[in-house]
Order: sequence, then structure tokens, then C-alpha cells
Amino acid sequence: MEEIKKDKEIKTLEDVVTHYCPGCGHGIVHRLVADAIDRLEIREKTIGIAPIGCSVLIYNYLNVDFQEVPHGRAPAAATGIKRAQPDKVVFTYQGDGDLASIGTAEIVHAANRGENITVIFINNAVYGMTGGQMAPTTLLKQKTTTSPYGRNANIAGFPLRVCELLSSLDGVAYLERVSVSSPKNVMKAKRAIRHAFEVQLAKKGFSLVEVLSQCPMNWRMGSIDSVRWVDEVMSKTFPLKKFKDVEIS
Amino acid sequence: MGKKLLFKGNEAIAEAAIRAGCRYYFGYPITPQNEIPEYMSRRMPEIGGVFIQAESEIAAINMVFGAGGSGVRVMTTTSSPGISLMQEGISYLAGVEIPCVIVNVMRGGPGLGGILPAQSDYFQATKGGGHGDYYCIVLGPSTLQELVEVVFLAFDLADNYRNPVIILADGVIGQMMEPIEFPPEVDISKLPPKKWATTGAKGRKKIILKSLFLDPEKLENHNLHLQKKYKRMQEKEIRWEEINTKDCDLLLVAYGTAARVSKKAVAVAKERGISLGIFRPLTLYPFPYNQLKKAVENGRAKGILVVEMSLGQMIEDVKLSVEGIVPVGFYGRTGGVMLVVDEIIGKAENILKEVM
Repeated sequence: MEEIKKDKEIKTLEDVVTHYCPGCGHGIVHRLVADAIDRLEIREKTIGIAPIGCSVLIYNYLNVDFQEVPHGRAPAAATGIKRAQPDKVVFTYQGDGDLASIGTAEIVHAANRGENITVIFINNAVYGMTGGQMAPTTLLKQKTTTSPYGRNANIAGFPLRVCELLSSLDGVAYLERVSVSSPKNVMKAKRAIRHAFEVQLAKKGFSLVEVLSQCPMNWRMGSIDSVRWVDEVMSKTFPLKKFKDVEIS
Repeated sequence: MGKKLLFKGNEAIAEAAIRAGCRYYFGYPITPQNEIPEYMSRRMPEIGGVFIQAESEIAAINMVFGAGGSGVRVMTTTSSPGISLMQEGISYLAGVEIPCVIVNVMRGGPGLGGILPAQSDYFQATKGGGHGDYYCIVLGPSTLQELVEVVFLAFDLADNYRNPVIILADGVIGQMMEPIEFPPEVDISKLPPKKWATTGAKGRKKIILKSLFLDPEKLENHNLHLQKKYKRMQEKEIRWEEINTKDCDLLLVAYGTAARVSKKAVAVAKERGISLGIFRPLTLYPFPYNQLKKAVENGRAKGILVVEMSLGQMIEDVKLSVEGIVPVGFYGRTGGVMLVVDEIIGKAENILKEVM
């Protein structure tokens, strides 16, 4: 088994105080991304793209170059960066509002072009930064500040399954849905995120890891209840699985 | 200068961009500028450049963002409705200070409008267009020779000021053919390095290209920094042309295709014994406010006639320039209807009757 590094041993992780709420999954995923970048020794050639949402401040935590772009447009900007600098590693970090609502056109077409980029997609079934509104990934009957009676399919449609949606596209090389709800799931997520970067380094095309992530604050739950909710409720609508993977030779 | 070549305006824009060092083009089809992406899709692979047909103008401008932030010369082109879609991205480009060249081959609006030439996006181009306190440099060429020179200038200005530059052309310029000579080709390897670009944090601190400043004082300071830059543009980059401005009864003010028609009106009016002059801004932002005022003060023109392929947009800047020292009249056709020389002269005669 691979040795687990302490936070301070991860060069890509900045030694700063977090702004994320207690129990939030972003911090865990940031650490996993930083760990992957360290282990693949790509820190000096990685360019990240920050989304709009709570994690717009990801550049405060990771010690790599970053561009901050309009809401949902990260895959288009990543396309521009990667085409201009094909020898660099380019990744976007996007939430569900960013990627699955306002940015659906950009994510579908970047995937369909087989852009050789990596997407870390955080699905917490809610708009975090704006205060807990309904997201495209909000579960049926889930209460949010804009679905106060619970999400009703007749009014608001159904939870959007991004991995299932993208899995039909020929340009996609690697697609996996993971969660960070338990130590075991975190380890799986760690392997998936690292693999996604390896797929890019092998020039195999588009790679995306969807991470089911807890948002205790906007779910109005305690931290323990929120990870339980990921395991027992959320992953029923969004099953954890590998949808697609190419062989890396 | 090389030999004279007969080029269509849209293709001249594409070829000039390549010769000016642009190797990255992202765009979405829209009439009347489709020859530009078509030309780029042929030429870019020949020279190791990148052409991508984006899924929308929104994606195209954000691809420009990514490539521009990587430090390369990059261009997108579109027509009026496409610019509306790009405004979000243009605001971000201006806020983050990423250089790029954006061409608007204007057509009639509002809404879907039509596909024939117009100049009705002047406000949108010169007054910011998107959200926030920002400006793009805006260039309004009137001949194809000037157009190709302006393309070279646009890339230089974009790099020098780290600012988006808009070339405000119209369907006439895009679709017409004229002989042109391209300026000498730019050697990309000799362009100054862009140390601010995100190229990977190798041997240096990380670079973050962003427009988010949650601390209000920091955001105000960022805006004041941008304003200083705009002031520098106003001091150094204003370009215009004057024809017969001293010894004329009436001064026409027009840019782009409207200036071409106005020049014809000057010649026809002269045969009829009416002396007209032309003041033609080339930079629409920064606008030659003082230069226009001086031209009026130093000449004997008793009034101004603004000629536009719109229902009156640049006229507001003309009025701000002359501050009421002479009357300012207007002649414009819109929706793709062409300006008529006799109508220009008729309007000029009416103004002269009133002031004489």
C-alpha cells in the first residue's frame, strides 16, 4: 500500500487556513488533487481552472498556475489552454451548478471533442456559495431554498446524471463516480483522481471524475449525518461506479 | 510591403491575423463573416496553428480566454448577435487583462435583425458592452488596406496594453474585394515574452489570472489600475483622419463604410459648389474628442453632419466632443439599407440653410 502523506508533505498543497465550512467535502478533494499532482510530479507543468462557486478559491490551496473563468465555461477555457500548451497538464474543478447547469454545453462538447483534459466534478446536489438553492443534481423530494417543498419532477425535472450522460460520447476516455464519505471511499477517489491525470498524461483524451461530496451546511445536517446521506440516499440516485476507462499502455 | 493582392475583406482579416502572428483561432459560424472561420480551417493546419469550431460564441470567447492566458496571439471573429453572446467573456478578459483580438463584422439588429451591413453595435463596442467599468480598444477601418494594417495594429495594442481589442468592421468591409498589400510578417519568436501568462509554475511562484476581489478596496484599486491604463490609451493611441476640415462649410463625421460613402459625398458636393470636409475617427475607443473639437475650432465649418449606418450612436460622442460650439445634425440608414450620397448632401444643405 502507498504511504499516506501528511498535509505538510504535499508540496502542491498550500499551508493556509481553510475557508470551507466544517464537514465540507471540498477540502478532502483538494487534498486528493494535490496529492495526485505531487505523486505524478507534474506541479510545475499543471494549469488549473477555477470554477464559480465555493471552490472558486481553490487557487488559494493548490500551488499551481490557475485561471479563473466565467461560470460554467471552464471546459472551453481548458480547451484554449490545452491547445495552446499541449505539453502541459490542464484540469478544471467544477461544481454541479457550474458543470451540470450553466455549463452543460461546454462540458458536453469538450468531452465530445475528446479534449485531453481532466475534469474534477464535485456533485453535492446543491448550490453551495449562493446559499443552498436547487442544483440540476438535487435529488427528487430534496428540500433546498428554491425547492422548499422538495424537488418535484413535474416542476423541476429530474436529477441530472452527468457520468451516464457523457458515457455515450466517443471522445471520453475515462469516467468514474466516487465519493468522499468514508476513508475507504476517499482512497478510491484518490486512485480515480490520480488515474484521470494519468489518462491525460498518456494523451488518451477526456477524463472526468465525479465526486459525491457532502455539504452539511446547505443540507442542514451534521457532518456525520451528511456522509451517511451520501452513502444511503445520494448514491442510490448517483451510483458509484466506473463508467468508462481506456487502457494506458 | 509586399505585392498587391486582390482579397475579400473577411479573408483579408484571416490572412492578416496569421501574418501578424496569430496561430490560434476559435469561432462559431455566423453571417456575414463565415469566410473567416472557413479560411482559418484551411490555413491553420498548414502552418501548425489551431482552428477550432466552438459549440457557441460563448465557448469561443472562453477558448480565447484560455489561449490568451497562455500567452499566445489569439483571435475570434463573429457578427453582432455573436458579440452579444461573447459579452460575458469579454468582460472577464478585460477584468483579468488578457490580450486578444475580436472582430465584429456588424450586421443589422436588434435581435436576429438581418444579415446585411450595419454599424449599430457602436455603443456595445465602445462603452464597455459587458458588466463592469471596462473598455476595449475599438478600431473602425474603412478600406481593406486599412483593415489589414489594423489587424496587425490590433495584435500589438492587445499585447502592449494587455487588453481585448475589437475591430469594428461591417458586412460591406467583410464581403467586398479590394487590392491590398500585407505589412511584413511578424516573427512570433521575436515577440516580447509574456511573463504574466499561466504556463506552469516552473522556477517561479504560481500565477493566478483572476478577476475576483472580495475585498472592496482591492477591487476598487484594481479598477483604478484599469482606468490608468485607459487613460494611457487616450493619451497615446488615438488615431483619426482629416480631409478638408479647415476649409469647409460643413464637416461630416463618419467611420468605416459610412466614411467611404461620405468621401464620395464630399466629391459630388464639390461639383455642386458645396464645400464639405470629413473627420474620420479610426479609434472609436479611445475616441478623438479633443482632436475633433480642435478640427472644428481651427476650421470654418458652421456645423457637423454625423453619418452612420445606424440611427445615431457615434453622434453622442461627437456632441460630447464639440460641446455645443456648432450644431450637430444626423443622417443614418439602418437594417442593411445603404447610405445614399444624395441624401447626405441633402441633409448637409438643410443644416447649412439653418446656420447661414
